[in-house]
Amino acid sequence: MAEAGAGSLHGGDAAPPSPPREQELSRRLRRLYPAVNQDETPLPRSWSPKDKYNYIGLSQGNLRVHYKGHGKNHKDAASVRATHPIPAACGIYYFEVKIVSKGRDGCCEILHSKEETFQERVFGFVFSPLPPAIPECLLEKRYMGIGLSAQGVNMNRLPGWDKHSYGYHGDDGHSFCSSGTGQPYGPTFTTGDVIGCCVNLINNTCFYTKNGHSLGIAFTDLPANLYPTVGLQTPGEIVDANFGQQPFVFDIEDYMREWRAKIQSTIKRFPIGDRLGEWQAMLQNMVSSYLVHHGYCSTATAFARVTDTTIQEEQTSIKNRQRIQKLVLAGRVGEAIEATQQLYPGLLEHNPNLLFMLKCRQFVEMVNGTDSEVRCFGARSPRSQDSYPGSPSLSPRHGSNNSHLHSTGADSPTCSNGVMSTKSKQSHSKYPTLSSSSSSSSSSSPSSVNYSESNSTDSTKSQQHSSTSNQETSDSEMEMEAEHYPNGVLENSSTRIMNGTYKHEEILQTDESSMEDSCPQRQLCGGNHAATERMIQFGRELQMLSEQLCREYGKNTMHKKMLQDAFSLLAYSDPWNCPVGQQLDPIQREPVCAALNSAILESQNLPKQPPLMLALGQASECLRLMARVGLGSCSFARVDDYLH
Amino acid sequence: MACVLEAPLRMSVLSEVTASSRHYVDRLFDLDPQKVLQGVMLLYLLQQETSSTELRTECAVVLGSLAMGTENNVKSLLDCHIITALLQGLLSPDLKFIEACLRCLRTIFISPVTPEDLLYTDATVISHLMALLSRSRYTQEYICQIFSHCCKGPDHQTILFNHGAVQNIAHLLVSTSYKVQMQALKCFSVLAFENPQVSMTLVNVSVDGELLPQIFVKMLQRDKPIEMQLTSAKCLTSMCRAGAIRTDDSCIVLKTLPCLVRMCSKERLLEERVEGAETLAYLIETDVELQRTASITDHLIVMLADYFKYPSSVSAITDIKRLDHDLKHAHELRQAAFKLYASLGANDEDIRKKIIETENMMDRIVNGLSESSIKVRLAAVRCLHSLSRSVQQLRTSFQDHAVWKPLMKVLQNAPNEILVVASSTLCNLLLEFSPSKEPILESGAIELLCSLTQSENLALRVNGIWALMNMAFQAEQKIKSDILRGLSTEQLFQLLSDSDVNVLMKTLGLLRNLLSTRPHIDHIMSTHGKQIMQAVTLILEGEHNIEVKEQTLCILANIADGTTAKELIMTNDDILQKIKYYMSHSNAKLQLAAMFCISNLIWNEEEGSQERQDKLRDMGIVDILHKLSQSSDPNLCDKAKTALQQYLA
Repeated sequence: MAEAGAGSLHGGDAAPPSPPREQELSRRLRRLYPAVNQDETPLPRSWSPKDKYNYIGLSQGNLRVHYKGHGKNHKDAASVRATHPIPAACGIYYFEVKIVSKGRDGCCEILHSKEETFQERVFGFVFSPLPPAIPECLLEKRYMGIGLSAQGVNMNRLPGWDKHSYGYHGDDGHSFCSSGTGQPYGPTFTTGDVIGCCVNLINNTCFYTKNGHSLGIAFTDLPANLYPTVGLQTPGEIVDANFGQQPFVFDIEDYMREWRAKIQSTIKRFPIGDRLGEWQAMLQNMVSSYLVHHGYCSTATAFARVTDTTIQEEQTSIKNRQRIQKLVLAGRVGEAIEATQQLYPGLLEHNPNLLFMLKCRQFVEMVNGTDSEVRCFGARSPRSQDSYPGSPSLSPRHGSNNSHLHSTGADSPTCSNGVMSTKSKQSHSKYPTLSSSSSSSSSSSPSSVNYSESNSTDSTKSQQHSSTSNQETSDSEMEMEAEHYPNGVLENSSTRIMNGTYKHEEILQTDESSMEDSCPQRQLCGGNHAATERMIQFGRELQMLSEQLCREYGKNTMHKKMLQDAFSLLAYSDPWNCPVGQQLDPIQREPVCAALNSAILESQNLPKQPPLMLALGQASECLRLMARVGLGSCSFARVDDYLH
Repeated sequence: MACVLEAPLRMSVLSEVTASSRHYVDRLFDLDPQKVLQGVMLLYLLQQETSSTELRTECAVVLGSLAMGTENNVKSLLDCHIITALLQGLLSPDLKFIEACLRCLRTIFISPVTPEDLLYTDATVISHLMALLSRSRYTQEYICQIFSHCCKGPDHQTILFNHGAVQNIAHLLVSTSYKVQMQALKCFSVLAFENPQVSMTLVNVSVDGELLPQIFVKMLQRDKPIEMQLTSAKCLTSMCRAGAIRTDDSCIVLKTLPCLVRMCSKERLLEERVEGAETLAYLIETDVELQRTASITDHLIVMLADYFKYPSSVSAITDIKRLDHDLKHAHELRQAAFKLYASLGANDEDIRKKIIETENMMDRIVNGLSESSIKVRLAAVRCLHSLSRSVQQLRTSFQDHAVWKPLMKVLQNAPNEILVVASSTLCNLLLEFSPSKEPILESGAIELLCSLTQSENLALRVNGIWALMNMAFQAEQKIKSDILRGLSTEQLFQLLSDSDVNVLMKTLGLLRNLLSTRPHIDHIMSTHGKQIMQAVTLILEGEHNIEVKEQTLCILANIADGTTAKELIMTNDDILQKIKYYMSHSNAKLQLAAMFCISNLIWNEEEGSQERQDKLRDMGIVDILHKLSQSSDPNLCDKAKTALQQYLA
């Protein structure tokens, strides 16, 4: 906002567009090209002041182009490219150029290579088509081209004349496809006309529009990463670009609708051929395995019965996993470790990293006062503290702080399964205050925070699950580099915990000011002295375990970091409101829980990922990959279109 | 009675069988005439008030299934008066039974063997059907379908319109059922077609606060089913042609027109391409701006050239089914393309040039002129007619391709609708600058055109005489004599007394063209003078408009230009009095024309001019000339002064 104010002070043509206009543009671009990840591939928003020939002048927020050369001949041609190439994920991309002012008549003195020769026709004698009766050089000529070019194409030329350059020229209405000679294409254009250029990144074609009328395909087999380009060669010529700043004259959204329908019907009609039975069995299997994976025991059994399929895993095994997961999610990690060791002997011994992670979590839960090792010192009965997610937050004392963190999970079902990275990201990074305020309002009603185990196991779990995946998306925000985008599957959970920590740290910091006044202090280990001692002792054991692992397996920076973060909690008088306090959020139990669940399944020779999630992750990743390699159809086949 | 009791069971079995096996249905009628009895039986049961509604419903269902069979099935059912029986059934209170009857009626009415008029024999039927529209989505679907199939021509349109079809069906356009929506839309496309009354009404009807044109535009969206886009484009086209929507309205220019152009693309089915091109041709037929827009949209002119590529060589070799399909549509495609080219090139010279420059265009037209299908021939002639309005093309492509030859062939014993357009085209080809004029004359055009002037068909008479007029313009004496001989004096008089002013005007034009250059005038007047003078007198005395009188006076002026022919006027006091009268007429055009006569008569250098001058002075012409020389009209004034100078010299 401050920047905007400064900008408007400059005034005149050179002033950057006012912020409402910029916001309007962003809004419009988001609506037109929802599949584009603008951090990875920004959309063209104006002409580039760097990527132009010096006969070109820019003004009005780099949207207006005027020619300031001699315009004597084609050596005086000058072009300018947009700031960014067209991202493939647009699917269909469109921009318009309005011819604002006619320049000096670019005629007689210019002997253009494109000019034709004329001959008077003798009737009934000459059989070639007749040229126009008036010599072209007597007509007003508009040497200008509108089109596309790749980076690096010579700017001392009109678009279309060179390799990887494409243009539609106003003087003769010809299209130039990487060649000095044009093909008859459309009508000529002049002052007052609005010329549009539409790039179809699905079939790599391009068509132009004149005053809202489609002129038909001009180019096919276009390469990727082309920039919107205009070229002028007539002194005084002025053109204005519209990259979405204004509503377009041509109804591009209607054209997009057609292609969306086309692609969706292609998907719908995708031939599965003779394997129809197999196909159905596969789908059933996916649903069933998903249910089993997350331990929805009775649902899975019912589903298997109805579809006449079998469940690979034994009922008891599912129930065991369910029990362990519940313990972790309730923050009773010590009990969970015990149960795991008892039910799956050798599992944790073979997974020292997992064990370490669990122990670290256990330490955190001790700080939280939730783990059974410290809770037994407390006044509350274990039964009443079983409930998830708020065993620590049962007491209204620390409602608001915790509730914000919880709300991250609560809104996650909408951004289900880790595919809607953009959405969740924006809501977090752009409006932190907004989300925190809404969360504190939700926290005011305790019922929304507390789930009782007996009646909502499943809902809790599903929420837990989706929160987990949300977690992983949120992680990616923190990563910044595209390469670190998660695969959309629950992998590498330890990394994620760390990322999560960072992220929530930040949010917490921004939140601090807004809520510090309102929340009463919570107490370490539930405020019990014996419990605190137990915790410190456990911390020592944890330190030793770390050292032992270090000796056996070599240094592990991840472990070190985990340990450091966990111990850091003790350095603050109020761990819940400290830079690392994020760890205390019940949501942080979820990745741990998922990792443990996966490890158990793996030890039973079962897939550690449910195939459904794999497929989903694969589909999202595939779309991302398509965008990156320039397959535009990804824009009309988004995964969330199919998730209801 | 036993039969009736057992019936429910058998009926349901039969309905299942018939529904699943058309083969069986066909055999039911075709092989054994005795089996027709089954149909009669069903009908009988259907009509029995005493039968249970379930049984009657089953009967209607089975009859519906039977009607789905061959055309013979439908014919047999019609012979048994099935329509009356089913219409009777519509009076039942039971909705299921009504639906079954409607479905059967629908099936029967959409059959090509059923005469549409059967729907209109009883006036109460339509209003009852209108009332049933509110009963269920099935009644809506079937009734709309019946209406859209049975509405042929303005009479049917008016009947349905007067029964409130527009109000009753409009809200169905926003039905949640696609089928109902679609049938309602079809109804409107049929109701509004070439019907200004319906079209003007539609434009002001609104449903849920939205005007119908807006609803139609929504249906044009590119992700809507093609059928829906095409049909709503037809509705908007009819409304536009009726003047209910302006041609520069964005819903026409930016929505309907581009939609119809898309329908012409290669991606569409052949049927859709035909319908799209025909509708577009109709939309842009009279508006040059729409023609210009269409001509630049999506390479339409080039796209249309593909219409001539069926059956393609590929289909002939590889796929018999495809070849069959292509062949079936080849004629339709060609005629649609010709029609659209004709509309595109109707007014704009640049577009005509673009069309002719399309690959093999002239060859295609020439071939089209000799095709067996009347529809294609007609469309080809219309296209040629459109293109013949270009002076440049007449001189070039038309000559290069000897277009006149097949055109003359088309003119030999063709149906009237073709003759009208072909003779119009011939008119253009006979213009004096057209190089085709000579060969056309040589191939016996005079005789042909003269026979056209005797046609019952007004347009043919106009075109025949028009072509003769063009032919006579600056023609040599022989041609003029041939025309006069071919036409015969009686026919000429016939034409001069034609009730149609166009025919009269062109005939007078012909006379004027015949009576030009002095030797020709004298020659013709020596042979036909008496009759021509009679005719002229008759017209000048008759009740005619200014233009006709002006033409007639011009003829007199031409006659007065002759050497011997002058005498025919000078000796005819009646005519002279008339000339004098028109010199003082209130209309300047007529005054001027009369002045031409006088000035030709008193011209000095010619033999006997003195006597003529004297005679006319005696008649008081000079006084009038003096008066006219003071006229405020510069033309009249000049002319009068020049005439007076002849007296002075």
